[in-house]
Amino acid sequence: MGIGEIAFYAFSISTLIGGVFTVVSRNPVHSVLWLILSFISAAGLFVLLGAEFVAMLLIIVYVGAVAVLFLFVVMMLDVDFAELKAEMARYFPLGLLIGVIVLIQLMFAFGIWDYSDGYQQRISEVIGSGTNTAELGAIIYDEYILIFQLSGLILLVAMIGAIVLTLRHRDDIKRQDVFAQMMRDPEEAMELKDIKPGQGL
Amino acid sequence: MTSNDFFILLPEIIISLYAMLALVIFVYTGKDKHASLSIWLTSGVFLIVAAVVGLNDNTSSTAFNGMFIDDAFSRFVKVVILLAAAVVLVMGQDYAAKRDMLKFEYPLLVAFSVVGMMVMVSAGSLMTLYMGLELQSLALYVIAAFRRDSAKSTEAGLKYFVLGALSSGLLLYGSSLVYGFAGTVKFDGILEATGSGNLSMGLLLGLVFVISGLAFKVSAAPFHMWAPDVYEGAPTPVTAFFATAPKMAAMGLFARVVHDAFGGVVNEWQQIVAVLSIISMFLGAIAAIGQTDIKRLMAYSSIAHMGFALMGLASGTVFGVQAMLIYMTIYVSMNIGTFAFILSMERNGEPVSDLSALNMYSKQEPLKAICFLALMFSMAGVPPLIGFFGKFYVLRAAYEAGLAWLAIAGVIASVIGAFYYIRIVYLMYFGEEIEKLDVSGSRRLTAVLAISALLMISGTFFSLFGIESLASIAAGSLAN
Repeated sequence: MGIGEIAFYAFSISTLIGGVFTVVSRNPVHSVLWLILSFISAAGLFVLLGAEFVAMLLIIVYVGAVAVLFLFVVMMLDVDFAELKAEMARYFPLGLLIGVIVLIQLMFAFGIWDYSDGYQQRISEVIGSGTNTAELGAIIYDEYILIFQLSGLILLVAMIGAIVLTLRHRDDIKRQDVFAQMMRDPEEAMELKDIKPGQGL
Repeated sequence: MTSNDFFILLPEIIISLYAMLALVIFVYTGKDKHASLSIWLTSGVFLIVAAVVGLNDNTSSTAFNGMFIDDAFSRFVKVVILLAAAVVLVMGQDYAAKRDMLKFEYPLLVAFSVVGMMVMVSAGSLMTLYMGLELQSLALYVIAAFRRDSAKSTEAGLKYFVLGALSSGLLLYGSSLVYGFAGTVKFDGILEATGSGNLSMGLLLGLVFVISGLAFKVSAAPFHMWAPDVYEGAPTPVTAFFATAPKMAAMGLFARVVHDAFGGVVNEWQQIVAVLSIISMFLGAIAAIGQTDIKRLMAYSSIAHMGFALMGLASGTVFGVQAMLIYMTIYVSMNIGTFAFILSMERNGEPVSDLSALNMYSKQEPLKAICFLALMFSMAGVPPLIGFFGKFYVLRAAYEAGLAWLAIAGVIASVIGAFYYIRIVYLMYFGEEIEKLDVSGSRRLTAVLAISALLMISGTFFSLFGIESLASIAAGSLAN
């Protein structure tokens, strides 16, 4: 067993353990931490596949941004997770049944790993010879430009949605009007008085 | 990537550019003061693009290496989507203005979702499909929650969002399986991989997941549970939109996936679609009987209608696709009229959606009652009205494809379903007299209702306005 295989099993096991404990942990903060472990192990698996760009992306975006955001939300929201879990326990048998059925189906699917004919020709068409980043760049902005632009539109819609659903224009609060502030005339805005010592106003 | 690729995408580009430009302009000038202008402008753009798409009779072409397909099928579906969206937008304007939800973002979000729908029906790969679907759904989640001060509307938005995310997850998981076993996400590649007629277990599983995800989007039973709550909770103009354009788009996408990508293995998906169809028809027909809210009732009615449209698809033939297109076009035109009526239901200026509010409506406004009667009979599939022809085509498609049992089940479900449509008519003409509805002032809604009812009645005499031959060309262009 070479170093690559050892690393593969190590990362796979820690991905799975991370996933299991994300679900079963009692403390939601621990759940998020386990989730981060899972992400990092998955990034390790990507490195083993030679997809270093995706691996780094996973760490930067998911671990660096998404998971930390998650952590903040979990810590700031006062959600009683124990109660939610109790509610969930009622549906546990049904969920377990569905899970087992899907698992058996997947075992069938992956057990008889059976590619369709001509699989190799179809799959090798995107693999180039440069570095990961260069190859991805070459296809994202060329062949996949449509997908790329559409994701841009999706993000725009998400932004509009967030603004529409949360922004409130309130008229009863004081706002800062920079222009009005700058246009104020010192002559009118204040009055200078020369007060003699010992006399008062 | 050439300029020709972008030229094929011109309709989508026009709408996206319009929406982005309008967004910036309206933000800098007056914001919601120009909301009605933004509604009219968006509708106008939809109509222009519909003309551009409809008058373009070039044969099939693909862009971006087969990821985007422009053919007669996609053009047919796009024209229906654009026209429906344009009419529904204008229809809801008064309602929105009265309830203080007239914001300039509303039509622009609808425009973005229409772009998503157009991409969906033109999808040539699983990635394009997913992007179009997400663009469409995300905009729909937002407009479902558009009345953010109403608990029901926000609940509808949230419910739709969570369940929509679940269905996207199913779809993506299925796509990854398909990619893993076929080695490509492009539809022509998948068609080639399954061309020999043998489907590996993994590919079949992927297909099942993808179909489940799509069934969610068309609200076919047993993936329908979001529909009644969302229909009831969302503001009525939004519900009217949900019931028309997105349904057409999702159905077009469904046909695209099963025929373009999995056309070689019809037998494998035929049973799944047939089961979805039969459950939807019966659930829609039976569960609607107990409803007292007309918007909820329309949700169940749309589930039943999706069952019939899926019956056309289940036949797996070109004629089946044609029947589905005819059915959906008729469904959309019926629903626009019905929602024009529901939008005009008001008592003391407040919207009502209770069925009992319709009691003895015929005494109050006999003409509108007759129009609504025509629509209800058409929905039920009573012969001289065009709703009957929609059902006739899908039943024939199923029968000719050897699915006689499905056709018989369809007839039974349609008889059960007729009960609640006719009950509405009964209430309007023979119900107990209670507090009356306002005599509606909106001429626009009355006009839409009258035109829709006229289409139902006159369609028979004008041989369905030529939809049949257009749908046949459209269905023929779908690779099989």
